[in-house]
Amino acid sequence: MSVLPATSIYEGTRIPSPCPTILEIDPSRHDLDDILTVNFGPNHPSTHGVLRLIVDLDGEQVAGIRAVIGYLHTGFEKTMEHKTYWKGITYPERIDYLSFQANELVFVLAIEKLLDLEVPPRAQWMRMCLSELNRIHSHLVWLGTSALEIGAISMFWYAFRERDMILDLFEMVTGVRMHSRYFQVGGLAEDIPRGFYEQARAAVKRMPKAVDEYEALLDRNQIWLERTKGIGPLSAADALALGQSGPMLRASGVDWDLRRNTPYLFYDEVDFEVPVYGNGDVYDRYKVHMDEMRQSARIVAQCLDRLEELQGAPWIADDRKVVLPPREELHTSMESLIHHFKIVTEGYLVPEGEVYVAIESARGECGCTLVSDGGPKPWRVKFRAPSLAALQATATCVRDCLIADLVAVAASLDPVMGDVDR
Amino acid sequence: MTAGYEATPGLVETRVAHGETTLVVDPARLVEACMHLRDAEGFNQLMDVVAADYLGWGERGVAGYIGTRGGRDIFGPGSQGFRRVPDPKPARFAVDYQLLRVGDDPARVRVQVWLDDGQELETVIGVWPSADWVEREAFDMMGITFHGHPNLVRILMPEDWEGHPLRKDYPIGGEPVRFSGEE
Repeated sequence: MSVLPATSIYEGTRIPSPCPTILEIDPSRHDLDDILTVNFGPNHPSTHGVLRLIVDLDGEQVAGIRAVIGYLHTGFEKTMEHKTYWKGITYPERIDYLSFQANELVFVLAIEKLLDLEVPPRAQWMRMCLSELNRIHSHLVWLGTSALEIGAISMFWYAFRERDMILDLFEMVTGVRMHSRYFQVGGLAEDIPRGFYEQARAAVKRMPKAVDEYEALLDRNQIWLERTKGIGPLSAADALALGQSGPMLRASGVDWDLRRNTPYLFYDEVDFEVPVYGNGDVYDRYKVHMDEMRQSARIVAQCLDRLEELQGAPWIADDRKVVLPPREELHTSMESLIHHFKIVTEGYLVPEGEVYVAIESARGECGCTLVSDGGPKPWRVKFRAPSLAALQATATCVRDCLIADLVAVAASLDPVMGDVDR
Repeated sequence: MTAGYEATPGLVETRVAHGETTLVVDPARLVEACMHLRDAEGFNQLMDVVAADYLGWGERGVAGYIGTRGGRDIFGPGSQGFRRVPDPKPARFAVDYQLLRVGDDPARVRVQVWLDDGQELETVIGVWPSADWVEREAFDMMGITFHGHPNLVRILMPEDWEGHPLRKDYPIGGEPVRFSGEE
């Protein structure tokens, strides 16, 4: 694949101009009676949170659209500037609350990059394992809710059945179902519990079958096909120009996955395929999600093999200035107690510098820019939200589509409003 | 990998740290530099625009957060303080453009411009349409003005919000809280 051009000035683009995210109706039609302006959201059940779309309708056809966001803005970045790195880890996972492990991972990787810290292989394999389980979890929520919105209600229950199976795994490892704060600078917060491998293997074995079942429900369902095929198309050039990543980009025919193209952790040591579809419509986005769940199950199985080989190996780096000492040492060692106290109260110093780390989260490139002044709190944290980029494509995708399809398209972009608004 | 970027118009400095390349560019020639990087170097995606406020950077006592009770005093009693005082920055604000080359030869580069308060930047929407919302966010959060942006209004904060929350002189918890009983 050669380098594709990205520009707003090219033939055949569907990106609105001059503002790429606003589809304006023809000014001459503004005052006509047959244009109806509808306010969609922000509290509409089908917007996956609090997304507001202002839609100009010509009959049932979408003639103009603009998105209003910010209803879920919580100021995570500002808050994190006031927390030590150790305490800050709990925040990123609440940003994209479905792909929580990915956000946690990217923040931890950014700190480790500044610290130049070596992470033991076992911790890295476990990070990969949980990241992929989290990807399946996120895709299942996407599948369940998106299908629900175009009327396939039963999909929701099936998808959430398997989702619970994965959340049980998270609960087993981390003690909580979501927002686990399990990734620690230097490795993991705790050792992998007994029984995890067996239960995870059962889940991995179940997953491809479950995905087959979902496809059996949807792929020959005439209503589903008509509601998704050819709806909300996005061309490869438009997808690149609009900064799309992840499933959005792959559904538009761009063969790009950060896990394969710029490997991090041990993604270069596992076998997996990157699903690519060419039409860029809602159906292809659905297919990419389905294939990715199968591939993630494959990766998890390989991670489990490696983890079992590494049984007994360290799961956190041996650097007492950054990593909490083992719990049992606190009762016997004065130094350990001091280190524990210092890390928790004051934090550790992270060398001055600026880094950008990007990983492939369930919705695409999840990036973290971290600036440190050498102190114990970040000077500036900024998350690159894949959902924000995906939502920017709304105006391009819904051009000339029907109001009913707007719901299908908005769902297919897979936006998590926590991630969009931060 | 640094070879090749020397031809970037308005290039002031090239830094390589942590395996990342940063091209510091003259703000007046930003769009020209971006066009060059897109067309000649193949950086077809703009992933993020990151604005950072360096007010109070490296100062003893309060490093940032002017007006916040307690501030961010990393020289407070019992603390380790800085190991070394960080190098001064050329201006108050930095705006980073994280570029990505999607293709056979993946690469990342960061274009950085330095600005003082009130100084304007040219928008790069014409280069990468994905700049739209991220530039609006930089405007909303940091008060960086992008000249030529077709819709430069607040994106995350309410339209009538005062101040730019991610600036260092915008204190946490310092915003006025209105109660309906006051009226």
